[in-house]
Amino acid sequence: MSALLSVDNVSKRFRGLVAVDRLGFTVPEGSIYAVIGPNGAGKTTLFNMIAGVHAPDGGEIKFAGERIDGLTPDKICRRGIGRTFQIVRPFPGLTVEDNVIVGALLHRHDVADARTHAHEVLRRLDLYDKRAQRASSLTLPDRKRLEVARALATGPKLLLLDEVMAGLRPTETDRMVAILRTLNAETGLTILLIEHVMRAVMALASQIVVMHHGAEIAQGAPADVVRDPAVIHSYLGAEDV
Amino acid sequence: MPLDLYLNVAIGGVLTGLVYGLMALGLSVIFGVVRVVNFAHGEMMTMAMYVVITLFAALHLDPLVLLVPIAVAMFGFGYLVQASLINPFITRPEHSQFLLLVAIATIIVNVLLIIYGPDAQNVQVAYAFDSYQIGKVIIDATKLYAGIAAIVVAAALFCFFQYTRLGTAIRACADNYTGAQVVGLDVKHLYALTFGLGAACVGAAGTILLLIFDVTPSAGPAYTLLAFVIVITGGLGSMPGALVGGVLIGFTEAMAGLLFTPSAKSMFSFAILVLVLLLRPQGIMGRRLA
Amino acid sequence: MIARLTEGLTARALVLMGALLVLALAAPMFAGDYLLTVLILIFYFAYTGQAWNIMMGFAGQLSLGHALYVGIGAYAAASLFVHFGVAPWLGLLVGAPLAALAGAFIGYLAFRFRVGGVYFAILTIAVAEFARVGFDHFTWVNASSGLFLPVKQYSGNDLWHLRGQPVMFYYLLLAATVAALIGCRLLLTSRIGYFWLAIREDEEAARAAGIDTFHYKMLAVVISAAMTSFAGVIYAFYYNNLFPEQVFHISRSIEIILAPIVGGIGTLFGPILGAFILTGLAETLTGALNAVGVDIPGVKQIFYGICLLAVILALPDGVWPWLSQRLGLKGRGS
Repeated sequence: MSALLSVDNVSKRFRGLVAVDRLGFTVPEGSIYAVIGPNGAGKTTLFNMIAGVHAPDGGEIKFAGERIDGLTPDKICRRGIGRTFQIVRPFPGLTVEDNVIVGALLHRHDVADARTHAHEVLRRLDLYDKRAQRASSLTLPDRKRLEVARALATGPKLLLLDEVMAGLRPTETDRMVAILRTLNAETGLTILLIEHVMRAVMALASQIVVMHHGAEIAQGAPADVVRDPAVIHSYLGAEDV
Repeated sequence: MPLDLYLNVAIGGVLTGLVYGLMALGLSVIFGVVRVVNFAHGEMMTMAMYVVITLFAALHLDPLVLLVPIAVAMFGFGYLVQASLINPFITRPEHSQFLLLVAIATIIVNVLLIIYGPDAQNVQVAYAFDSYQIGKVIIDATKLYAGIAAIVVAAALFCFFQYTRLGTAIRACADNYTGAQVVGLDVKHLYALTFGLGAACVGAAGTILLLIFDVTPSAGPAYTLLAFVIVITGGLGSMPGALVGGVLIGFTEAMAGLLFTPSAKSMFSFAILVLVLLLRPQGIMGRRLA
Repeated sequence: MIARLTEGLTARALVLMGALLVLALAAPMFAGDYLLTVLILIFYFAYTGQAWNIMMGFAGQLSLGHALYVGIGAYAAASLFVHFGVAPWLGLLVGAPLAALAGAFIGYLAFRFRVGGVYFAILTIAVAEFARVGFDHFTWVNASSGLFLPVKQYSGNDLWHLRGQPVMFYYLLLAATVAALIGCRLLLTSRIGYFWLAIREDEEAARAAGIDTFHYKMLAVVISAAMTSFAGVIYAFYYNNLFPEQVFHISRSIEIILAPIVGGIGTLFGPILGAFILTGLAETLTGALNAVGVDIPGVKQIFYGICLLAVILALPDGVWPWLSQRLGLKGRGS
């Protein structure tokens, strides 16, 4: 499996604060990776750099073999990276259907065509029945799925999910996990998630990257990472003995 | 043309610019804290100016004497407007806020038009034609007093924000709305206070400006635009920037009036706006935009 | 295309629209001279409001200087006619691109810096002001003395040179309004329209969905500006005189935005409904005041200001959404 995304020695400072410190990892095509770490570890900054909101101060980000660091968010989306936001941002005044059509129109010029594709995506995300509702009237779990649907409609090769499970009850979490797993299995979509909800991480990820204070402190298979003393230390503090 | 003439006009322009700066300071304060774009800024100023004219005609009080009462009255007006009309709009989309203030501005301008008519009016102070001479340089008394008054008021405002508890509280609001609420600051009250301060600033500026210029109802929108040009040039959110911008614009307008034709001087302010937006959009003293 | 135009509209709505159209076509036969001039004004504001609505209602960019584009269209066509006898329709071919260029200039300055709508709004005011002062010194168009078109008694209506009876202008503006309505509907239901709505709703999210927001915002500005310049051409040839002080004045810009705001920003029928309500009421007001012998300049403007205030405070989405709900006309995309 070739590396779809490669983050190489990437750093980002905000005036005095080092948000991301020489981070590096590669995500093979077709896999699901998770980035975890305590709050303030730099996870969203990392995402924002991949998605083009910030440019890294050092290092390179490559997607499908080409450098994307420093490109604008819309160019990066057109290259094949879709993203969701930590605080959900659907288009509130538009219907569920129209939200996804916007995404589908990225690579399609015909509205009818886009609508058909949008319907497919909505069915996958269990939102087809709500397609005529205004996005602002949806519950939080539905809005999260809507954001995923919109990002998915743009036809990405890599999907960046920023804490997409936050605020969901266990049953809803399981539903989302099932959708993502099916997506990955059926279409080969590569997924990179930031997550706090370990239930979802353990169920989905084949590899985990742990961040703390902007740097990587562990990387590996889920079972190994959760037993790593450095990881436990970063979440719980050192053991006293 | 002789160098003296240039120097005289330039100094006159700088002094006038200080008053412009005071006007823009009010706008900067309002925007910096309340985050409301006051499209009625110039109109509020002309309103204050007409009040001064009426009082001057009735009581023959020098504008500089009326400065404090007008500022206080405008403070009250600003506080009321913010508390009653604008506060509910803080959470509304930006364009709703703009349009609210555009509506208020339109009403003010036309009420003034109906009451006072379209012709220019002014105050004739006793020292209207006096001047001071330093070497070859001649400085109009009116402009000199205006400049000094503007500096005094601006300095008072700076001190307020820097050294008083209330001023610090307001600055806290500007930095972090939620944080300020969390530590128990009555943000709505502070917003209204700030708008009132901005209005007081503009009232003071207008009073002082009457020493130099006359006023028509249609001057309102022109001054609003000028205030914005100054604030954008000096840096949105920077108080010293407002003064610097004001002086720059005052100077440019004066020189443009001398070198070209006076009626076209606003075109030069506009040219500066375009230059600033092209080359340094955060303004002379503004912080770099994200 | 018919399907795209009528999709989502209830049968009720279509019948109502048809009836209104017939009424509008027949109006000159029943309306007196005064009423005809009011109707002309109404459709003028319906058309310009529709054009402004593209920038604001669709793409979310607040323009407070739309008089600039009216002025450019007006002066381009009028001056070419006065100096060279060029027909206004050809003058439009000069005026519209110039207006589009002005819009593009403003858009470029404001949009590439990713700062809020403030900068754009201020810029629109500033450029219109610049034009006002500039044209006041522009001798080729007679500067502040005003540009006058030769007026003779016309036996017939010359559509090519736009010389003729008010009736001709009425039908012209009616046709323009209908065309604008159809055009906007087509735009809204197209890919461009979806992207505009996305940008209006949440620009950053739109970017994350792959939309080149700068490009589409510029498109909205340019289209809106060019459309508005046509109204300027009609303005010039209807009134037969142009003064920079009036044409480019900020009051004109505010008049343009009133109809769509009162009617409903972002809706298709909002500008038309708003024009009827606002101009109808304003003319009634001045008519009533004149009848009692009161003729104060500024009263109409205060009325406009109060209307604006009332709509912003009470019915921020405008009258049309409320009305269409009441009448049961709600379908998709009206």
